[in-house]
Amino acid sequence: MAMQATEQEVRGTFGERLAGFWRAASVPLMAILLAALIGAIILIISGANPIDAYAALFRGSFSNARAIGRTLEKATPLILAGLAVAFAFKGGLFNIGGQGQLLIGAIVAAALGFGLNGLPFIIHMPIALLGGALAGAFYASIAGALKAFTGAHEVITTIMLNFVAINITDFLSNGPWKDTGIVARTPAILETAAIPKWDSIPLGFFIAAAVAIIIWYLLFRTTLGFEIRTVGLNPNAAKYAGIRVARITILTMAISGLLAGMGGSIETLGVVGRFQPGFNIGLGFDGITIALLARTHPLGVIPAAILLGAMQAGSSQMQFDAKVSFEIIDVIQALILFFVSAEMIVRWILRIRGEGDGGVRLSSGWGQG
Amino acid sequence: MSNTDKQVVLEAKGISKHFPGVIANNNVDLALHKGEILALLGENGAGKSTLMNILYGLYHPTEGEIWIKGQHVQLQSPRDAIAHGIGMVHQHFQLVPVMTVAENVILGAEVTTFAGRIDMRQAVREVSELSHKYGLAVDPNAVIEDLPVGIQQRVEIIKALYRKADILILDEPTAVLTPQEANELFQIMRELTKQGVSIIFITHKLKEVLAVADQIAVLRRGEMVGSTLPSEATEASLAEMMVGRNVILQVDKSEAHPGAAILQVEDAHVLDDRKTSVVKGVSFEVRAGEVLGVAGVQGNGQRELVEALTGLRPLTQGRFIIDGHDATRYTPRQITDLDVAHIPEDREKHGLVMAYPIEDNTILNQYYETPYSSGVIVNRKAIENHALKLVEEFDVRTPSVTVAASTLSGGNKQKLIVAREFSKPVKLLIAAQPTRGIDVGSIEFIHQQIIKQRDRGVAVLLVSAELDEIMSLSDRIVVMFGGRIMATLPIAEATREKLGLLMAGSHG
Repeated sequence: MAMQATEQEVRGTFGERLAGFWRAASVPLMAILLAALIGAIILIISGANPIDAYAALFRGSFSNARAIGRTLEKATPLILAGLAVAFAFKGGLFNIGGQGQLLIGAIVAAALGFGLNGLPFIIHMPIALLGGALAGAFYASIAGALKAFTGAHEVITTIMLNFVAINITDFLSNGPWKDTGIVARTPAILETAAIPKWDSIPLGFFIAAAVAIIIWYLLFRTTLGFEIRTVGLNPNAAKYAGIRVARITILTMAISGLLAGMGGSIETLGVVGRFQPGFNIGLGFDGITIALLARTHPLGVIPAAILLGAMQAGSSQMQFDAKVSFEIIDVIQALILFFVSAEMIVRWILRIRGEGDGGVRLSSGWGQG
Repeated sequence: MSNTDKQVVLEAKGISKHFPGVIANNNVDLALHKGEILALLGENGAGKSTLMNILYGLYHPTEGEIWIKGQHVQLQSPRDAIAHGIGMVHQHFQLVPVMTVAENVILGAEVTTFAGRIDMRQAVREVSELSHKYGLAVDPNAVIEDLPVGIQQRVEIIKALYRKADILILDEPTAVLTPQEANELFQIMRELTKQGVSIIFITHKLKEVLAVADQIAVLRRGEMVGSTLPSEATEASLAEMMVGRNVILQVDKSEAHPGAAILQVEDAHVLDDRKTSVVKGVSFEVRAGEVLGVAGVQGNGQRELVEALTGLRPLTQGRFIIDGHDATRYTPRQITDLDVAHIPEDREKHGLVMAYPIEDNTILNQYYETPYSSGVIVNRKAIENHALKLVEEFDVRTPSVTVAASTLSGGNKQKLIVAREFSKPVKLLIAAQPTRGIDVGSIEFIHQQIIKQRDRGVAVLLVSAELDEIMSLSDRIVVMFGGRIMATLPIAEATREKLGLLMAGSHG
């Protein structure tokens, strides 16, 4: 299909930038609006006042410093999980294993957090953070190597590795790394490994946002990024151009896993304070929604993650004030995912002209090697 | 005009089609008479496809009328066009490879028994009858993927005839055919017209037009610039109508002054994707300042040979030396770094990243070099300047260098690749089908560029299925057949007849 966007961040005059931004952002924005409208209809049917509900949602996520802090805290691992998926997309890979990589990152960060004694904060925290990230990178590169050397499709292998990761982390947190007591969880991390908060604002958020900027720079301003995007868009041309496709495939997967693993690390070190099975479930999959909502642009991931983070942060307020079950948030989130992935529907409803250049290429198809 | 006594079966009156910012067709008139072959000539981007898509109901004209057999029609979709007896054979076949001929023919128009089962016997019978009636010689039970391209094309024609088409639109039908297959197609076309079918034949190959057409219409920049008869036209006059200026069909080149051997191939053996041996012990050399043409019908190992020499495919036996380096086990990057330029056979698959802007395509295999990057960080300004310079120098027609390569026409895509490959030092040029499917103006330009490189002392290996191209550019010619070299001829001894026989595997 010719449904490919010009693979380039928008440049040129201010007018061109604005037009380019609108072209890229119109569908996601409309998808959010449509999802909210359908959510409102569901609220009305279930007997609630949608205006009250959405107002409560907003209060719970943005009305004061504590609410904003909660939103940013929720958004932090989502940025990294979204980046992991978006980055893999740019390299032509569909990493569904963000969840598994995130779990591995989270438990390794916890182990380094409680296991290393006597280090100052300035050394201990970065070691735990990067240790978790590298563990995620290693875990994802298994799928990358399988793809590069045997042609095994990464969708299949990463799904399978998710289950492996769940079982490994269950075993570790209920076995060798189990805390004293009956609950299956690791001991709490030491003070020196924890990512602090500034008032109610979690500092991990700024780490995640900085990583998003670094990833943008990597993709669009470095030769490695050029190689990754070339492999993603046309592996044959990449080979012709002398790019080592197998190496780039493994590296893309590893960096994607690094990002997911760092999401798990930050969650452990900045929020949960230890590894406990079941605490991180869903983050990796939300990453897919966020990457699509951001149209796989690394900087678009930040607002997309804040939106989902806000919905999750505000959901209990909404439940409390408007007596609406917080599951409605999952419904709206699912509707957003539906509309961003079924972009033709949105274009048709809103009569946005397609021009055949608006689509995002997600990954190479199934039958291709 | 001699055909005015015949019935007009299809007429386009004052057709205009406007796309945002582009007038693809401007007040175009076209008349097709019963039982006639109308050749529609035009460069890429001249509006041929737009016009045909309008006649086939895929586009709606901004202005103008379509009359079929004396009736004013509104074609809302291809379904309407088919109902009016129009059939189209696209350049890229619309066949299901794993299904049989008969299954493909009836697809979408199945004959069913009373119980709703497909009546395959009936289908096979009808396909046989059609094939017999028009001299198409196609086995209804053959599986598509086992058939050569020429036969697959006949299946497309049968598909149209099965849907009762008596007006056929053939979109660049010879682009995928060998010279022999093309001749067979022309016979079929004549047989069809004898039986009352009318044909619009889209092409930009001038020889073919003169060989087969009854009428010739020429489009240029969306306008009908004229119509003529084959008896009144010459290749030169048609080329001039198409391009709008005098075109040099024969490449103007002086005597070659060959220097040292730059590429030496010794006993090369190569496998194809299915692991069958397709290059079976090939040896030759290309010297600085000469063009060695590799002639041959496609599928005789030329593609795999080129891929092997550019590092994309391993040799199973033998070796090759580029400029004194044994490059047999080199990667594509190492070969590029020996100052080898490669114009790949499939420009959209290998040559370009279609979604990338033009500027990124101009550095596809130089992105890691200064000044385009420091090796780590890319220099966008340098890339943009480079692209602007190349687009200017090589006449790539585009509104800007930031638009996607996919927006360029075929000829401009190819010029972009040539520009990129020639924008660095070159010692050896490997050009595979460098002008396939592109317009006369671009062909002329690319041929001149290749000769210019030769005159600068570049060794050129030219692989082409177009005999005219081989004969006009080469200084020496080798003919490949069945993975082997049949003969090596200096250009002075090469005639079309001799080469044709060698290409067919005969020692003459």
